[in-house]
Amino acid sequence: MKARIHVTLKSGVLDPQGKAIEHALSNMAFGGVNEARQGKFIELDLAETDRAKAEASVDEMCRKLLANTVIENYSIELE
Amino acid sequence: MKSAVIVFPGSNCDRDMAVALTKVTGQKPVMVWHQDTDFEAVDFIALPGGFSYGDYLRCGAMSARSPVMTEVIKRANNGVPTFGVCNGFQVLTETGLLPGALMRNANLHFVCKDVRMSVENAESMFTNDYAAGEEITIPVAHHDGNYFADRDTLDRLEGEGHVAFKYTADINGAQRRIAGILNAKGNVLGMMPHPERMIEPALGGTDGRKMFTSIMNRLG
Repeated sequence: MKARIHVTLKSGVLDPQGKAIEHALSNMAFGGVNEARQGKFIELDLAETDRAKAEASVDEMCRKLLANTVIENYSIELE
Repeated sequence: MKSAVIVFPGSNCDRDMAVALTKVTGQKPVMVWHQDTDFEAVDFIALPGGFSYGDYLRCGAMSARSPVMTEVIKRANNGVPTFGVCNGFQVLTETGLLPGALMRNANLHFVCKDVRMSVENAESMFTNDYAAGEEITIPVAHHDGNYFADRDTLDRLEGEGHVAFKYTADINGAQRRIAGILNAKGNVLGMMPHPERMIEPALGGTDGRKMFTSIMNRLG
């Protein structure tokens, strides 16, 4: 089973890299971008076949390592 | 005073820290590799600067979960004075021993220069040789020193005297110009500037030396 994890900065947390992307896009004459936020994408290949167990385990991985919940949110997709 | 310096793959200020500790305390620290799960009893633990694990995932994230840290966390929670500089500060926030997080500098630049900072708490075991409000010059060298915490945490840190140092001018976007903080018990301190690089005139100044003499005052 594959787990796809998105880690994003919480709203309200300044994202300087997102801001730089926003400026670069605007300098390249791409209009209409109100805001850019940068995050991380992590893909895990899991041995677990039980969906509920996989979800619980990946959630724990996110809380303990993959995301810093002081500043980041995470979302998990299983496939 | 017996001290330990924790060494992670990618630490690069571990020897500077060892030299500072040796020169000021007169005793060589034990160097503890990150994979060790135990080490001899010490009075003081230092987490050095550097780019441990290449700053992969987040600065300090991997180191905070390395085998030796289970023991460091246990000892810090038992009251052993624990001191993190730069990457060491990032590791301390990643373990949860200190609140908040260190983010990419707001202007995205790596900042490497001597900075002025004020001593906000001159009573802690790490800062008692300074005068309250004293301004000192200590070098910084970091890309991710932008201290972030939610407003309640910042208010609590300031209200309870747990902000140890503040920059006198904004250098990295840190909330309330925070350069270093203490935990609630006062036995864990993390800071972005490098006092171990300012311990004798040949290094450009001696303002960092009092960090080490402060600890000596308390521990002997």
